[in-house]
Amino acid sequence: MAVTVKIPPQLRAAAGGQGSESVEGATVGEVLGALYDRHGELRERVADDDGALRRFVNVYLDGEDVRFLQGLDTAVSDGAELQILPAVAGG
Amino acid sequence: MAATSLQCKECKTPYALEARYVCERCFGPLEVVYDHERVDDVAEARRRIQGGPQNIWRYADFLPLEQPPASARRASSLSGLPAGCTPLIRADRLAERLGLGELWIKNDAANPTHSFKDRVVSVAVARARELGYEVIACASTGNLANSVAAHGAALGLESYVFIPADLEEQKVLATGVYGTHVVAVRSNYDGVNRLCTELSGERDWAFVNVNMRPYYAEGSKTLAYEVAEQLGWETPDRCVVPIASGSLFTKIARGFDEWRELGLVSGDGPTMNGAQATGCSPVAQAFAAGSDVCRPVKPDTIAKSLAIGNPADGPYAVELARRSGGGVDAVTDDEIRAGIRLLAETTGIFTETAGGVTTATLAKLAARGDIGRDERVVAFITGEGLKTLDAVRDTFTTHEIDPSYDAFEAEFAGARA
Ligand SMILES: Cc1ncc(COP(=O)(O)O)c(C=O)c1O
Ligand SMILES: [Zn+2]
Repeated sequence: MAVTVKIPPQLRAAAGGQGSESVEGATVGEVLGALYDRHGELRERVADDDGALRRFVNVYLDGEDVRFLQGLDTAVSDGAELQILPAVAGG
Repeated sequence: MAATSLQCKECKTPYALEARYVCERCFGPLEVVYDHERVDDVAEARRRIQGGPQNIWRYADFLPLEQPPASARRASSLSGLPAGCTPLIRADRLAERLGLGELWIKNDAANPTHSFKDRVVSVAVARARELGYEVIACASTGNLANSVAAHGAALGLESYVFIPADLEEQKVLATGVYGTHVVAVRSNYDGVNRLCTELSGERDWAFVNVNMRPYYAEGSKTLAYEVAEQLGWETPDRCVVPIASGSLFTKIARGFDEWRELGLVSGDGPTMNGAQATGCSPVAQAFAAGSDVCRPVKPDTIAKSLAIGNPADGPYAVELARRSGGGVDAVTDDEIRAGIRLLAETTGIFTETAGGVTTATLAKLAARGDIGRDERVVAFITGEGLKTLDAVRDTFTTHEIDPSYDAFEAEFAGARA
């Protein structure tokens, strides 16, 4: 399953300067894992020691916050878009 | 300026005072840190503040600006809109109704665009200009859109405001009139926010509540400064404050703390009570569950200005409520409507749904016996009733009569002569 992962500016230096990458995986967790394998530095930025998403990291699958889905276990379909963004809100 | 840097709230990594809002190490939010000179002569420091302009720039020493528009004694549109110095009113009739002792209403609807958002936008936009931005923008639940559009108009800056497409008509009209670009996004606020977070990475704009967020948030401290000054340089015992993202709530407490540390104000840090609508209460739910993880929710409430389902400052708001001995409560849409009526009927202040949330929460705390009769309580009314007219539609009867004496007498037989 090839998924496009959108990487925010704050993480691009750790991802070789890329704004997006095509990554394989069947779930959100697998896709992120494959991304970390490619860019080791990303792992500690996005995930905590247990592999869960850090408190201020939001991940969206085709626009939906994965916390409304099955989190890291959410299945992804071919051609889906996974977006990583910092949490910020108020207005 | 006394501000020295930005700092990650989580891992304390320092950053320069630029347009950035997120820690590159841990993604934590950034906050302004200050190095204030010790205040040796408190009376003199207070006089200095009192001698300042009748707006938030009287507190410029406590804001992260190099050149605050403070010197402008007379308001000039070129220094933005004059926010702040809103009334603090002793609400004895409301206190009596609720069985409370000393109750004050901070009426922040009395701002240029009728909400407290003029405070945060003033600071964010002033900093944006210092950093050389020419376009300002925001993701808004309504009030912020009004304020950003109006500030853009006053300052001659181009602006883009992003709002959920289902916003109250009054708020859309009171934004578009300023000649901004109104972008109605077919989504709820959290979707609007996601879009703006992505856009802020790609465009060289000052999004007041995204990349300018550390400066924006500082503006809310001025509510605490004002209340302290209006109470004769004392802190209140308790504050009741509405929560959307949790920024206002946490920064009011911070404002009192800063001034207590400097000796400008006497008294303890207030007990902090947050107020949310049941239809969007991720912070109240986390508080009730004894957790500091705010699980995001899909908002469904008439309090659209507070409809943030994924509140970035939620964990800090929960922590503050707990630490100060307060709490975070939620009230239903019917309670919100009743709260609007209660405040209007007892104080003459007509507030929007967010103020209905605050008033209803105050009433709830009072009914539960949480508030002592000896407490000095301040309820923060942050927005204007004319912006959410649907909340009061059909809540009273109008007496329609023919223009004749007899018709009036017939309708009001038995009324006081
Ligand atoms: C009238 C009103 N009150 C309170 C708030 C809450 O602000 P915060 O996001 O800082 O919690 C908002 C936010 O949009 C608002 O419009
Ligand atoms: Zn950090």
